[in-house]
Amino acid sequence: MTAASLETVAKTSAERGALARARLLRGLLPALSLALVLLAIAWLNPRAISYFGFSLMLNLAIPIALATIAQMFVISGNELDLSIGTFVGFVGCVTATWLKDAPLIGVVILLGSIGIYALLGALIHLRNLPSIVVTLGMSFVWQGLAILVLPKPGGKAPDWLLGLMAFKPPFVPFPIIAALLIGLIVHFGLMRTSYGVILRGSGGNPAALGRAGWSLLKTKIVLFALAGLFGVLSGMALIGITTSADANIGNGYTLLAIAGVILGGGEFVGGRVSPIGAVIGALTLALAASPLLTFMHIPPDWQVAANGAILIIVLAARVLISRRER
Amino acid sequence: MTSVKSLLTKPWIWSFLGALLVWLATIAFTGGYGAGGMVTAALSLAVFTVIVGVGQMFVITLGPGNVDLSLPANIGLASAVAMKVMDGNDSMIALGLLAALACGAAVGAVNYLLIWALRIPPIIATLSASFIIQSIDISYGRGLQIKPPPGFADFANWQVLGIPVLAILTVLFTIGAAIALQRMIYGRSVLAIGQNIRAAWLAGVNVGRIRFLTYTLSGALGGIDGALLAGYFRGANVDIGNEYLLASIAVVVIGGTSVAGGKANVPGVWGAALFLVLLLTMLNTFGVSAGVRLLLTGLIIVGVITAAGGQKALR
Repeated sequence: MTAASLETVAKTSAERGALARARLLRGLLPALSLALVLLAIAWLNPRAISYFGFSLMLNLAIPIALATIAQMFVISGNELDLSIGTFVGFVGCVTATWLKDAPLIGVVILLGSIGIYALLGALIHLRNLPSIVVTLGMSFVWQGLAILVLPKPGGKAPDWLLGLMAFKPPFVPFPIIAALLIGLIVHFGLMRTSYGVILRGSGGNPAALGRAGWSLLKTKIVLFALAGLFGVLSGMALIGITTSADANIGNGYTLLAIAGVILGGGEFVGGRVSPIGAVIGALTLALAASPLLTFMHIPPDWQVAANGAILIIVLAARVLISRRER
Repeated sequence: MTSVKSLLTKPWIWSFLGALLVWLATIAFTGGYGAGGMVTAALSLAVFTVIVGVGQMFVITLGPGNVDLSLPANIGLASAVAMKVMDGNDSMIALGLLAALACGAAVGAVNYLLIWALRIPPIIATLSASFIIQSIDISYGRGLQIKPPPGFADFANWQVLGIPVLAILTVLFTIGAAIALQRMIYGRSVLAIGQNIRAAWLAGVNVGRIRFLTYTLSGALGGIDGALLAGYFRGANVDIGNEYLLASIAVVVIGGTSVAGGKANVPGVWGAALFLVLLLTMLNTFGVSAGVRLLLTGLIIVGVITAAGGQKALR
């Protein structure tokens, strides 16, 4: 081996090292932004960093994390679900009415709605439809159904659900344990199983996957059904916390879920998503959304803007890191 | 016969047929009562959807992932700005319109700045921008109770022989937009970028400039729409633009523009806007509840897009 070629080998390995570092940094970015938000909260109000404080601040983190995971499945297949928010609202209304009064019918309705999600996946694939428009239309359908199920705010969560969401484990607040569990389970299923690879591949290179003999129809159906499943879980968790429902209760979740996936390192195309990142993104948003801003004495008028600004800052940081990757 | 056949292959004809069908169904229900008034009302309401729809159409035509989600916030802010500048004073109408236009164009320019500088998908860029705009609007328009100048409100509601003047002006505007799309370098560049951004760049299209112009145009149209809405409904409010997020995207797609980009259709925007407005009128006439109305609207949108079918992405 000549000295010149040795030199190139050394150079490429150094480059590879830099690349790996940038990639690692990029992978850590969601965690870093969460840490940053936590630090800011700790600095502004040290008393919030306690068992009770976290239980309170992360109150709504579980449904947000579940809705974010639902959106993440859809995004893995290069689609976008603009109806997840109203779907969560619909599930909430069913949970607070049918699931309490007639549990069997309630379960059938919820399973049926997951079935509708699966059918939507099939429809979008078979007719080659733009998912944005189909789900935009569906958002009206779910909202309409929610109003029909529960014309005015009310209803009551089933007792077992209330008991579950009010669970107080020792030392670590329930939302944190739940978020960890959700993240790990989905991470294992999507990132570590062979069919999980196929599912992500359907977003990464559908043509290649199709030629390798995998059914793209099936992957799309599975991804949408999973989105439906996590949407149902999100709606139920939400009602377990709020105890009663309202047809508009989930409307904000559509945008929160998309933002959570992107904050967590996911990308709109290419099947590049990260379940743990998505959960961290959801936690960051849940914390940044109100506790942080309240501690910073930001008037309510500007809280929405602060959310937008946080998104922009994180994305800007990501661009800086990505630039080094090239 | 052949002309009928060639007409049926036009993607925009279906939206007009749909609008006609819905109109006939409503008239059949009322027994012919209010047929003309319904068209007048539909035209005046469709105008607002058409204006933002055309802006959204140019953006969507840029290719997959391009969409302007900031329109509702943009419309809300521009309506407040217009009302504040006009201050109920007839002599300030032109200035108020100009301010709304500038406000909208600035929003559009910021959108593109975010897309370009942060290299983030337009969906997230316009979404984050809309959060910020919404806050500015809430803070700026707080307690805003300024009525539009009487002259402006009258103008926005002005009809000649049952035809809203605003609708006539908007038809002229859409003809201009169609010419810009099909016959001018700007429109051809937008189509080229939508078909293949790299090929367009290699062919010498200034991709960055065209995208910047398109987002600015969409923003400016949102701004002018906000001012007109405030005039028509005699007052600005934060939520005035909320329904135009879905409406602007829906009319573009139902009207036969490809979501994959590179293929746009201006007449279809009119047909689809009339279809949506008449659909709402029909459901209201039938006296269905809010829940059923939403449910049917959603199902019909999904049904129409399924029937129209998706085109293979041009790649």
